[in-house]
Amino acid sequence: MTTPMVKFDNVTKSYGTLTVLDSLNLEIAPNEKVAIIGPSGSGKTTVLRMLMTLERINDGVIYVDGDPLTHMQKNGKLVPADERYLRKVRGNIGMVFQHFNLFPHMSAMKNCMEAPIHVLGLSKKEAAERAAELLDMVGLGDKKDQYPSQLSGGQQQRVAIARALAMRPKVMLFDEVTSALDPELVGEVLNVIRKLGTEHNLTMLMVTHQMGFAREFADRVCFFYGGKIAEAGKPDEIFNEPKEERTRQFLSAVLEAN
Amino acid sequence: MFWDWNYVWEITPTLLRASVVTIQATLLGFALAAVLGLVLAILRMSKTGWISVTAAGFVEFIRSTPVLIQIFFIFFVFPEFGVVLPAMTAGVIALGLHYGSYCSEVYRAGLENVPRGQWEASTALNLSPYITFRDIIIPQAIPPVVPALGNYLVALFKETPLLSAIAVLELMQTAKILGSQSFRYVEPITLVGGFFLVMSLIAAAFIRQVETYLNRTLRNPGGAR
Amino acid sequence: MQLRPLAVCAIVFFTAGLAVSSFAGFREFIPGLLQGAAVTIQITVGGCILAMVMALIAAMAKMYGPLPLRWLAVAYIEVFRGTSALVQLFWLFFVLPHFGILLDPLTVAITALGLNVGAYGAEVVRGAVNAVPRGQWEASVALNMPRALSLRRIILPQAFVAMIPPWGNLFIELLKATALVSLITISDLTFKAQQMNQTTFRTVEIFTIVLVVYLALSVLITVGTRTLETFAARGIARGR
Ligand SMILES: Nc1ncnc2c1ncn2[C@@H]1O[C@H](COP(=O)(O)OP(=O)(O)OP(=O)(O)O)[C@@H](O)[C@H]1O
Ligand SMILES: [Mg+2]
Repeated sequence: MTTPMVKFDNVTKSYGTLTVLDSLNLEIAPNEKVAIIGPSGSGKTTVLRMLMTLERINDGVIYVDGDPLTHMQKNGKLVPADERYLRKVRGNIGMVFQHFNLFPHMSAMKNCMEAPIHVLGLSKKEAAERAAELLDMVGLGDKKDQYPSQLSGGQQQRVAIARALAMRPKVMLFDEVTSALDPELVGEVLNVIRKLGTEHNLTMLMVTHQMGFAREFADRVCFFYGGKIAEAGKPDEIFNEPKEERTRQFLSAVLEAN
Repeated sequence: MFWDWNYVWEITPTLLRASVVTIQATLLGFALAAVLGLVLAILRMSKTGWISVTAAGFVEFIRSTPVLIQIFFIFFVFPEFGVVLPAMTAGVIALGLHYGSYCSEVYRAGLENVPRGQWEASTALNLSPYITFRDIIIPQAIPPVVPALGNYLVALFKETPLLSAIAVLELMQTAKILGSQSFRYVEPITLVGGFFLVMSLIAAAFIRQVETYLNRTLRNPGGAR
Repeated sequence: MQLRPLAVCAIVFFTAGLAVSSFAGFREFIPGLLQGAAVTIQITVGGCILAMVMALIAAMAKMYGPLPLRWLAVAYIEVFRGTSALVQLFWLFFVLPHFGILLDPLTVAITALGLNVGAYGAEVVRGAVNAVPRGQWEASVALNMPRALSLRRIILPQAFVAMIPPWGNLFIELLKATALVSLITISDLTFKAQQMNQTTFRTVEIFTIVLVVYLALSVLITVGTRTLETFAARGIARGR
């Protein structure tokens, strides 16, 4: 078996006395698409934020592409990573946020060029070419010079996807990227993600409430409940014949709401 | 020798006595500012165009020009029109006027934050505008802005040294006199600075307390939101 | 809020007209007052520049500096906000020479006022930086930007827009505070007014004109910051 692209090894995360994730174990193979579903507050966002190093973990180790992400080797031992080390390893990961978090003072192009220039050290020309190509890919070739405020929610989210891709990450994280969008704009963003899945060699981890999309797109679905993976498996298994009672309840509640 | 403790002990009583004048000027000035500010705020909200424009212009004018000139104006110019005021009175009026203009903006924010529905409900109950203002609007408008008013009280306090320019014997003037007598300015001026710093820090801490208290109690005393 | 400059302008012209019409020898005083105004403007500009530099340094040190630096910034901010501008001015003017530091009054004036307003400005900078949504920091981390880079390229440019109006107010405060320098022998506008008052006794006219000149300078600052605000806000829209 190949090294997993992402590996959570007994990862625990708590805020004060509240344990949000309890000894999480999860391995994700290269190029695998994993959908995370589950009720509100079950820790889905927290999983992604830990992987993006936006949250520190309390226990366990996260590995990315075989290297520890949250820890570094020091005198043969694993010690918590410092900022310098994080800067080195976090480049493998890109994230798209629920609320886009585009830089409002920069055009779509500039949003996609900023980090490649200043973090990867690309020349302006290279960065511009890369940004233009990605904006074309997400279908915004004609909106390159627009500012975020001049774009619709769906367009903003597509810029955000292009911006993350411009860093050439190996792993992409999507946290409810369509939740803040009007219903008629959801499709255009999901289409871009579909395209990414087929045209790029990317490991994807997405939190979503779009059950239809999860079913059609994901290789594996993880159902989170109370800080644990209550059930995981192929989409067909989870959606057609869930083994756990809680999964069944959650799915029927969600489907009813739709 | 940079710092002479004996001299410090020698001048402390004199400075303490002067600090009473400083505090008097602060309190009187702020009392004036608090009342004047409310009046200006209400005038500014008047529906009669020229009244609100005049009030707004007056506030802008006072806020846009130095207090020191305003002090001079009241102290030197008023006598030309037969109004001769003692230095302390002139100074207190100038400070009250200046900070009254600042306070009027605070009051205005407070008044504008009272939901329109309160006016409409009062109209529906056929309350007169005066009663509405007194019993419904003001009691809701003032408490939230108390901390902001407190900040201006501190600001006014810190401006009282300006009264030294018209020879009011407050802290700064006293310190300067002490300095010129002994040719040692280090101790008196540093002590004055220390006094202002300590008082301001205490006041700031107190205002923070009031703010937390208000935040807790003003959450909706039985109203809807 | 178009009303505000309108009202102020009306008053400027009204009072100026009044003063001019009642003040026959008005022209005699123009050169002196202009000289004074030039000094006032010089101190205002110098003070504003120093204030902005100090505010940025102090705010950054207070928020992101290592501990000793953070304490230093807090001490600077608290001391200069906690004592009054006049005390600071006198302290620098009377006390520094005792320590063998001799500065000319103009330097003392710019230093004292710049440091004073800088302390208030530091809190403005801090407030504006803190008001930038947390998502902007998170997006920067997700793009693997170092903190200094996110601060410089992402956070501060956005904070800058929010800072302009409060800085406009601080500049006006600084302009008004320059009147204090007349008390340490600098011949600014206020000093000239006092001087002319003592020689001519045209008290009403002189002080009226001086008030109007300060008002005009304040309006100038307001108009300047408003213009800057419109420019800066272009292309940057908050909300999404
Ligand atoms: N900064 C924080 N401080 C304290 N508790 C937090 C913090 N962030 C998240 N939590 C808690 O951690 C738990 C998991 O949060 P998380 O955001 O991962 O949930 P989620 O599964 O993404 O929910 P949703 O579907 O509503 O987005 C929740 O109970 C939440 O209240
Ligand atoms: Mg979430």
